Amino acid sequence: MPDFLGDYTLRIVALGAGTLGIVAGALGAFAVLRRQSLLGDAISHAALPGVVLAFILTGTKAPLGLLLGAAFAGWAATLAIMAITRMSRIKYDAALGIVLSVFFGVGLLLLTDVQKQPDATQAGLDRFLFGQAAGLLRSDVITMMALGAPVLVALALLWKEFKLLAFDPGFGASLGLPMRGLDVLLTGLLVVAIVVGLQTVGVVLMSAMVVAPAAAARQWTDRLGAMVVLSAGFGALAGVVGAVISSRVERMPTGPTIVLCVTVIVIVSLLFAPRRGLVWARWRARRGRKRLRVQAVLAALHDLDARHGDGHAHSEAVLEVAGTGRGAAGRTLAELERRGWAERRGDDAWLLTPAGRAEAEQRFEERA
Amino acid sequence: MSAPQLEIQAIAAVAAAACALPGAFLVLRRLSLLSDAIGHSILLGIVLAFLVVRELTSPLLVVGAALVGLLTVVAVEVVRGTGLVREDAAIGLVFPALFSLGVVLVARYTDSVHLDTDAVLLGELAFTPFDRLIVSGWDLGPKALWVLSGILAVNLVALLLFYKELKLTTFDPALALALGLAPGLVHYGLMTLVSVTAVGAFTAVGAILVVALMIVPPATAYLLTDRLSVLLAGSVGIGVASAIGGYWLAHALDASIAGSMAATAGGLFALAFLFAPGRGVVAAARRRARQRWEFPQTMLAIHLLNHEGRPEAAVENRIEHLDAHLGWDPAFAAEVVSRAERRGLVRSDGAALELTDRGRAGARSALARAA
Repeated sequence: MPDFLGDYTLRIVALGAGTLGIVAGALGAFAVLRRQSLLGDAISHAALPGVVLAFILTGTKAPLGLLLGAAFAGWAATLAIMAITRMSRIKYDAALGIVLSVFFGVGLLLLTDVQKQPDATQAGLDRFLFGQAAGLLRSDVITMMALGAPVLVALALLWKEFKLLAFDPGFGASLGLPMRGLDVLLTGLLVVAIVVGLQTVGVVLMSAMVVAPAAAARQWTDRLGAMVVLSAGFGALAGVVGAVISSRVERMPTGPTIVLCVTVIVIVSLLFAPRRGLVWARWRARRGRKRLRVQAVLAALHDLDARHGDGHAHSEAVLEVAGTGRGAAGRTLAELERRGWAERRGDDAWLLTPAGRAEAEQRFEERA
Repeated sequence: MSAPQLEIQAIAAVAAAACALPGAFLVLRRLSLLSDAIGHSILLGIVLAFLVVRELTSPLLVVGAALVGLLTVVAVEVVRGTGLVREDAAIGLVFPALFSLGVVLVARYTDSVHLDTDAVLLGELAFTPFDRLIVSGWDLGPKALWVLSGILAVNLVALLLFYKELKLTTFDPALALALGLAPGLVHYGLMTLVSVTAVGAFTAVGAILVVALMIVPPATAYLLTDRLSVLLAGSVGIGVASAIGGYWLAHALDASIAGSMAATAGGLFALAFLFAPGRGVVAAARRRARQRWEFPQTMLAIHLLNHEGRPEAAVENRIEHLDAHLGWDPAFAAEVVSRAERRGLVRSDGAALELTDRGRAGARSALARAA
């Protein structure tokens, strides 16, 4: 066992980062499926003024108060986005940009206002910008779990309803389900999920913890249940690894480190996930092209053979013109030879073998 | 007002004007969030270029950052093009990764210079007057003012040269393609302008608030006009107003200039959102309220017209009767009648109602529309 499991601080940090990864990952799966990836960005930026206002109003840095402030501001931001898109001609993307930047600007305004107070009590609000795992306390982690657990429970209890909301809200409405209310509730759960991670990852990058694990998980499965579980798992993995690296290595800001970890997971998933992964897709395409070339050259050879009678070899150039594009016939003929369907006669001439003829006839019949 | 104060305001105003021009097209093309992505990821370009040239004022930083801005757009397009994730998720995957890389590099390798996370988020507007352009002993003013004015000039020239292309590819890309205007080329040209502009604004207001200057003023102008030329001019005006208003707000509160500029821009947007003539929330509510009363007035006029000049008119065309005939309670009927009287549709002496010429014409045209 690595020695860091014995380290109390590190255990707290890993526990906190894991919690945020699980909650954000699970809710992120729904956000990505519902094309709300960038809503997470707006909500997390918009949380900043809530954090600072909560501090100004309560005067303490108790995590619960600050996080409730963040949740309130995030919630207000989603309402503002809805109001702007419903009540004006501003489109969704611009509404997100407006709410994100204006809320964040107000947050910075309040933050710099608080920071000029002489006493150092405001120190620590800074960590809401880029996150700071090393500063996590036991009470912070307990707060995160207390906020995160109800989110997961609600997700489990309303699983079927949320599934309908994600895939076929019209059908859900026809069943008499309150889709509008479910929409509001699920967005509210997303707000809480984002808030849970703010202290660790920071408002600037928390949105990545919503989008990235879910986008990675999507590549591995077509089932919602599996996707949510995988997404939560990826989120937890990235959170724990990133937080541990950040607290072990000097000058590695936590939020960015966690985001880089989750980005690695995304890249691996995009490349290597079975069936959807780019590497497999490339490999399948290559195999498909090869099969087509073999088919084409075999057909050309068979065609020439049938017209000219037995024992007559044909030059590669002729087959190239008849069967494939330039340059491809050589490789394909070698493949035919390997399979025992063609024989080389002399430098540049090829002959169909009996096995090749049988194969070609069988393929032609299939096609006819 | 001291000279540095004046210079800070000039820099902020030029930055806002430079941002508003390409920003207007981002809003119209529904690409607003690419400004968010570019605004974040250029940090990586600035840091990488800095690590090469080791100088914060080198023009190479602008080049490097603009290249990374373009790289962001290309990367989003590549990730989306795989068909494995949707566009919104593609944006949400690319820029946090590039930005994180930038922040980590800043934290690890640039500790001795003035490029810290606060500068990244807030910009250094307050310090810009101290970095001056001095040519053979002559003080020509702050460097940032020259850089941003140059960017503004580039944007203006590009806009004037390619106004037609930008307009057509924005509003009717299919027609633009049919006319051979290469929408793809225009797209990447615009993104180059956005990247270069974002780099300039980045030093002034920081990464996140580039979005505020690019998106919020054009969105505000979009609520006020339907003409592209007016929209562009309005965006610049609103942007400059946000910059200068923001400066004085920050001055009054002794707080972040960048934050107050964004807050001011947000305030102006909220004003337009609520009070824009014709389209604002208040105008829409008033229109709905007026329409709510217009319909019963039309019904009243038609009712009176139906019975006008007939024997039953003396009974039917009375306020008390509206309750029985139209199902209106007396208070509602009285309100409708008094509104109709004020608009000159109806005359009443006590309880008997009579149409005016205007009311009669209105009722006839409403009937004709219904038929």
